[in-house]
Amino acid sequence: MVIRSKKIAQMAENLAAHEMGKSHSLWADARRRFFKNKAAVISLIVLTLIVAFAFLAPYFTKWSNEEIDWAILGSVAEDGKPSFARGHFFGADPLGRDLFARVAQGTQISLMVGFVGAFIAVIVGTLYGAIAGYFGGRIDNIMMRIVDILMSIPYMFVLILLLVVFGRSIFMLFVGLGLISWLDMSRIVRGQTMVLKNKEFVEAAIAGGSTKFTIIVRHIIPNLLGIVIVYASLLVPAMILTESFISFLGLGVQEPNTSWGALISEGAGTVLYGTLWQLLFPLAFFVAGLFSFFFIGDGLRDALDPKDR
Amino acid sequence: MKSFTKILTAALIGTTFLVAPVLAAKVPAGTNLAADQTFTYRVLDEHSSVDPQIVEDVSGSEIVRDIFEGLLNQDALGNLIPGVATSWEASNGNLTYTFKLRKEAKWSNGDPVTANDFVYAWQRLADPETASAYAWYMEIMSLENAKEIIAGEKEPSELGVSAPDDYTLVVNLTAPLPYFAAMTTHASTFPSPQKVIEEFGAEWTKPGNIVSNGAYVLTEHVPNERSVRERNPMYWNDAETVITKVTALVINDEDAALIRYLAGELDRTEVPAGQYPRLKKENPNEAISFPRLCSYYYSFNVSDSGPEAFKDERVRQALSYALDRNVVTEQVLKGGQFPAYTFTPGTTANFTVPDVPIGQMTQAERDAKAKDLMEAAGYNKDNPLKFELLYNTSEEHKKVATVAAQMWKQKLGVEATLANQEWKVFLEVRGKQDFDLARGGWCGDYNEASTFLDLMTTPSGYNDGKYSNAELDKLMTDAKTAADPSANYTRVEEIMAEEMPIIPVYHYTGVYMMNESIIGSWPVKNVEQNWYSRDLYKVEK
Amino acid sequence: MFKFILKRLGIAIPTLLILIVFSFTLMHSAPGGPFTSERPLPPQVLANIEAKYGLDQPFYKQVTNYIVGIVTKGDFGPSFKYKDRTVNDIIAQGFPVTLKYGIWSFIIAVSVGISLGTVAAIKHNSITDYFAVGFSIGAQVLPNFVMAPILVIIFTLWLGWLPGGGWNGGQWQYLIMPVIALSTSYMASIARIMRSSMLEVLNSNYIRTAKAKGLSNRQIIFKHALKPALLPVITYLGPAFVGMITGSVVIDMYFSTGGIGQMFVNSALNRDYSVIMGITILIGVLTIAFNLVVDILYAWIDPKIRY
Repeated sequence: MVIRSKKIAQMAENLAAHEMGKSHSLWADARRRFFKNKAAVISLIVLTLIVAFAFLAPYFTKWSNEEIDWAILGSVAEDGKPSFARGHFFGADPLGRDLFARVAQGTQISLMVGFVGAFIAVIVGTLYGAIAGYFGGRIDNIMMRIVDILMSIPYMFVLILLLVVFGRSIFMLFVGLGLISWLDMSRIVRGQTMVLKNKEFVEAAIAGGSTKFTIIVRHIIPNLLGIVIVYASLLVPAMILTESFISFLGLGVQEPNTSWGALISEGAGTVLYGTLWQLLFPLAFFVAGLFSFFFIGDGLRDALDPKDR
Repeated sequence: MKSFTKILTAALIGTTFLVAPVLAAKVPAGTNLAADQTFTYRVLDEHSSVDPQIVEDVSGSEIVRDIFEGLLNQDALGNLIPGVATSWEASNGNLTYTFKLRKEAKWSNGDPVTANDFVYAWQRLADPETASAYAWYMEIMSLENAKEIIAGEKEPSELGVSAPDDYTLVVNLTAPLPYFAAMTTHASTFPSPQKVIEEFGAEWTKPGNIVSNGAYVLTEHVPNERSVRERNPMYWNDAETVITKVTALVINDEDAALIRYLAGELDRTEVPAGQYPRLKKENPNEAISFPRLCSYYYSFNVSDSGPEAFKDERVRQALSYALDRNVVTEQVLKGGQFPAYTFTPGTTANFTVPDVPIGQMTQAERDAKAKDLMEAAGYNKDNPLKFELLYNTSEEHKKVATVAAQMWKQKLGVEATLANQEWKVFLEVRGKQDFDLARGGWCGDYNEASTFLDLMTTPSGYNDGKYSNAELDKLMTDAKTAADPSANYTRVEEIMAEEMPIIPVYHYTGVYMMNESIIGSWPVKNVEQNWYSRDLYKVEK
Repeated sequence: MFKFILKRLGIAIPTLLILIVFSFTLMHSAPGGPFTSERPLPPQVLANIEAKYGLDQPFYKQVTNYIVGIVTKGDFGPSFKYKDRTVNDIIAQGFPVTLKYGIWSFIIAVSVGISLGTVAAIKHNSITDYFAVGFSIGAQVLPNFVMAPILVIIFTLWLGWLPGGGWNGGQWQYLIMPVIALSTSYMASIARIMRSSMLEVLNSNYIRTAKAKGLSNRQIIFKHALKPALLPVITYLGPAFVGMITGSVVIDMYFSTGGIGQMFVNSALNRDYSVIMGITILIGVLTIAFNLVVDILYAWIDPKIRY
């Protein structure tokens, strides 16, 4: 649930020394470096497989994620084991629903939560940080004090409050997760923006009569891309972890929809009753997914960090 | 608040009651008692309070019933037996009740329990200063001036209860309540120690400060973890009390509680839904299931804000017929619950389950009928019925709702969306008729059919679906004065089976893992589950 | 430095005010109030209760009364649900519990994490290193709500070594499983951070110089490498601490320890306004204080940083 922002901040410093926007060779270089990183490449493959599973699995099973197999409903512990004969490749959940289909569906939701949450955080954080950094002075001062204040708020508690107050919905979850995570991003982006705005190409744009907004969107933000990508890649697993915690509290997505967190917490609760598969299959996807994100994130950072070149 | 509107048991209608010389259900002669007489049980949540006039939840009332004693108690079957009062008498056409108190009753500090302690407690309950959530209980007990005191128009001292001498309590009512005596088993009416309350204020219920008159005193309380009550040597019947120490452990997670039970840390815990058969097989002497006075149902919102489709009786019937109760009770919950085709549970006193058609058919017949009804109402695969099924967050409700929605989908092509909300939101939404179909659960306040059926009358505050039927209202009104109201209840259930304002799903059971040495003394036949630790005992295995 | 601390404390006050007003508003706008129950209360009874708890007053007045009560008397008000207890009582009961297993978890996560990371870095590419890396990656993503039931099944049900929950005044038997469940993933994170930063430091020029000068390994590590390598770990301590407080929700729920984590969730569900506010403020203060401590620590270790 925690991202090591200082490391990224350091990378931002290194990046600021370079000018990335239009230099294609830099990107090509980064790509080459990334694909040299074995762990990152394997992770990318694993992640691709997981995504493929999430969207293709429904075509390989006759069960949907909500259909109950009435024949085994009363005896899931005995007859709900993973079985090709019955068509339950991953076994059945406590209500006789097909776990294969449910894991696929839960994977979709968890990935969506991760990506959309990270997307919101990155957009808000980048814009906020770029504006504060570019305008500087009093605006910057006020905006950054606000960030300081928000950083001191115990967010998980506020998120629980939000979900309790406004009812559980996936929308609220996105808003809540997004709101938690943009603060670090905005600080890093602000710092880099302050360096960038004194560069020649920005001064050229100002001389050319571009508006401030255009300069931020056209010239500053594209140059922040490297840092944004790295940060986002680390945010995704953090989001997924947070969602799993929320699901454990019973504040996650609505039935019959599910998520990795919801499946794992259900499986962990019934582990005593001899239905181990209900925990292991979703947990395997969860762990594999998170590993992949971590390694890809690390790989991207190493690849995009110009320091060692 | 019209819950207690009905005679409790025929036996109570007489005018004078004297103590039966022998107390009910004591340790039978020849019982080999175990050396260890401590009882440890799991509670889901921290209790709200142990102040008799403040307590408002089940787990708190369990403690209050142990550490305090009211005028009357219930025995293992739910019958009235003497508590602090030894006898009571109704006069003036049931408008005056006189209780004689036992002289040997003492508070845990040695002071005698007097009628004034009851007068103080009852005035305190009604007093707006106390702001008790149960102040209304004085009102439904019909005590003189209760309503005015609650409204702040009269002084608490004007409440219709007085103590002519230390061992006589006289109560004046504004309505002739034949069942008034039975209402004094409720924890809100238990005495409280004026001296102590005035000395410690809000702190008086803390262990160390608290003085109580029951068989136990509260000796330890760690909020959200445990509360311990131990024997009160001053209790008048301490000699016949067996259990020495009772511990309630707060354990939120029922799976965690079960593990701790299996590890021997608990004497009693709830069995998680669906686990009863397996546990029964592995521990045949410890898993028990017994009927409770509770019903689980779904109510249709038939008010103006409800969906148009639910105003059609055929749609309501179809949904009810297609819901296979046996699957819910035997394959999902598996705790011996009873499939429900009527609202009132079959175990209710003086109630015979009527032969409503839905109860007589096989499920195949019901399904066929449901399809016809749905078709006739104009809904089919091309024009599917769509609605939202609302329930409060809980593993068990989720399971039942999921299964129900799937049954309707597969049998009738109905698209029911599941919507769960946490408790307070759920109550608010349901109370405002902001739903299509909502889960409901109701436990009887007393052992008589009207505690359930009154819910379906037009003025009832708990009639969430706003169902209204003039004949049903009249039947229920008449039942209050009828010599034998059973015919009315039968007819009401028939009307409900016909018009189906709710879908009764099942009648609850208490499903527990319980230390086998204590099962023998557990009041399984008390359907209200008012249990007293002083009646329990552990036998040697 | 002193000025910096003053400035941070200056920010703390508006932060807390914002937190109070925000949570207060959020809570009061939630559907259902503290006295919403399955059997609705008669209006007169409800009015009496609301009058007693001041809920009949206009909203702004409730907020100001609340803040004034805290500032002048340190009084967080009565609990609406547990009526014979005040919020101060509830926090005084639950917070020491959370603090006790929290601090133990923190100590263990930090000490074991740093040692493991250091050892892995020194024995780079050895079996020890692979084991440490494997452990730290695996433990990092294993949610504690999965670990908790597994621990209980093994240590309580199968082996019968430890009680399956409860607190009992915090005796060590009751402390072990909560601390393991709470600390493992942070321990793993710290080990990972420590390992990579230690590796970086060990490969740096001045360490090479030190080696060339013939200093012993032990001297190099303890005298020269440890302090700079700790920097990234320290920045992680703030988030780790907050994460552990949050994690206490799971610990309390599963081990029935009676800490404030579960109290918070239950109070939110019960709409026990005053308890929610009390706990939120407490956690807010802790978060601010801990972030400050971490920043000071950072400045102390890294003299390059000036505030």
